[in-house]
Amino acid sequence: MISSAARIYFPADGVLRCEGQWTINHLSALERQIAALPTAQGERLVCEAGGIQAMDTGGAWVLWRTVNKLERKGCRVSLIGLSTELFTLMQTAAKKWPGEEVTKGAVRAGWLEEIGRFISQYGPSTRSALSFLGESSATSVSLIAHPWQIRWRVLTHNLQVDGFNALPITGLLTFLMGVVIAYQGSEQLKTFGANIFIVDLVGISLLREIAPLVTAILVAGRSGSAYAAQIGTMRVTEELDALRALGISPMSLLVIPRALALVIALPLLTVFADVVGVFGGMLIAWSQLGITFGEFVVRFEYAIVLRHYLIGIGKTPVFAILIALVGCYQGLQVSGGVDSVGRHTTISVVQGIFLVIVSDAFFSILFNWWGV
Amino acid sequence: MNAVIADSHSPAPLIDVGHVVTRFGSAVVHDDVSLTINKGEVFAIAGGNGCGKSVLMREIILLQTPTAGSIRLFGQDIGTMTATDVLALRRRCGVLFQHGALFSSLTVAENVAVPLHEHTRLSKSLIQELAILKVAFTGFPLASLGKYPNELSGGMRRRAALARAMALDPELLFLDEPTSGLDPISAAGFDELIQQLREWFKLTIVIITHDLDSLWRIADRVAVLGNGKVLGIGTMDELSHAEDPLIHEYFYGPRGRTAREQAWSRK
Repeated sequence: MISSAARIYFPADGVLRCEGQWTINHLSALERQIAALPTAQGERLVCEAGGIQAMDTGGAWVLWRTVNKLERKGCRVSLIGLSTELFTLMQTAAKKWPGEEVTKGAVRAGWLEEIGRFISQYGPSTRSALSFLGESSATSVSLIAHPWQIRWRVLTHNLQVDGFNALPITGLLTFLMGVVIAYQGSEQLKTFGANIFIVDLVGISLLREIAPLVTAILVAGRSGSAYAAQIGTMRVTEELDALRALGISPMSLLVIPRALALVIALPLLTVFADVVGVFGGMLIAWSQLGITFGEFVVRFEYAIVLRHYLIGIGKTPVFAILIALVGCYQGLQVSGGVDSVGRHTTISVVQGIFLVIVSDAFFSILFNWWGV
Repeated sequence: MNAVIADSHSPAPLIDVGHVVTRFGSAVVHDDVSLTINKGEVFAIAGGNGCGKSVLMREIILLQTPTAGSIRLFGQDIGTMTATDVLALRRRCGVLFQHGALFSSLTVAENVAVPLHEHTRLSKSLIQELAILKVAFTGFPLASLGKYPNELSGGMRRRAALARAMALDPELLFLDEPTSGLDPISAAGFDELIQQLREWFKLTIVIITHDLDSLWRIADRVAVLGNGKVLGIGTMDELSHAEDPLIHEYFYGPRGRTAREQAWSRK
């Protein structure tokens, strides 16, 4: 049998003829031919389907649909020539067809439903955030009372991964920040002949704002996202449920040690960032303004009050808690499939950085009121 | 009850696995495995955990290459195929993965429509109709068409995945443990569905399963893998009289016996 493409057409004799391979590969050609068919005249039509060599469910469906459409227009179609086997196939398809309401109704949510879903998602999420906050506070209070119950191994592991391993990148970034600030400052200060004030500029801006902020943002991107992804994956694989079933609280095993590790690591990282950043500024002060390291250090001791350093460091435990809690919370919020892990990881980074910057602004206002 | 078509040996088998050897490092999964699968039959690959059933299936559907040996699919050697041939071949095969492997960011209806969108140039409305029709064939509740995979039960997910595997009207359907993790009623329902589909669409079905009930109920022929070899091949009746101690253990262990007795009582 010569295999030929599917055809449906009206020859001159007024009989609708169907021929060829009515299979999935030829359906698009068929669809075009059907769309181009002249509208049937008269009340009766013979459809000669004996030429159909092969047919799959797709072809069967298209044939039935075509016949059905004609009949609904008031034209009585008698289908002839189709082999019993193919006719049964077509009947099966027709019997299984649920009707057009299904195509219109249940498939895709309309925009109204999307809005509803959005709101119904965000209503309970505030409540779950509060309950997470409460549960983590309660667990940490009980751990303060029983410090031997803290998971020290998890904590030290996270100290290494989120603290020690972050040293190179933190150092590089704040070094560059020191360089940039000193560069920009030196141009301005030179015109006033106020070269030595580069020390004040670099020192205060770095110790008080830039180093803590840059380090926190870096850690939010590096560790906050990792927390969300780790815990989220554990949720998908039901490891969290397994922990609960074994009587281990995910809060005390996963959340608290991570938060504690960041609270320790972030101030230390910031100290390191301070040192490296100021060193970057020192290099530029020397190369651009001719201030020797000795002069820089003497001026630094005189100009930078300890307060600035302490304020910078003092903010970081707050940043650390925000980053860790947002990361862990987003991880725990993961539900259902793997795509949800990615979504919540992104949210954890965005919210983490957002909260760090907002709380930093809040601190600025607070310190301004106190006059420090 | 069992329609045995063991006699319908067509001259060129649909799948011809010849002397396949598979090694992962030092672990030998297959050591000279050969079998043929004929058009129109329901062929089951059985065997204990870790005997390489799934690996063999992955090799046949070109997701993995064997260390040695040849596999012929529709008469073509899959080792020497061009990328275009492979693509054409994939369109003729449907695969139901063990856990469904539905795309989690798409609804059921969208999942089933994916192969149609990808491989045909049909109008959107026709694609939607065909997708719904395929879903209807599998007995998936149509009210749940707009749901996402993680909102479905295991049995529903399996049916939705089967609808996706059938989207392009494949001639050959691979089912990887279709009834594992289903309750007995759902599992029996799924067996029935497989038989129905085969009857309606004249499919050739390769089914990987541990499920002895399924083996008795729907398989025309069964190959039992073990120790990297094909321990036995034949109808369930033939295999249940086999001498091989491992096969004997497989079919006459405590669970095998009940399944066999049930199968007899059904006849």
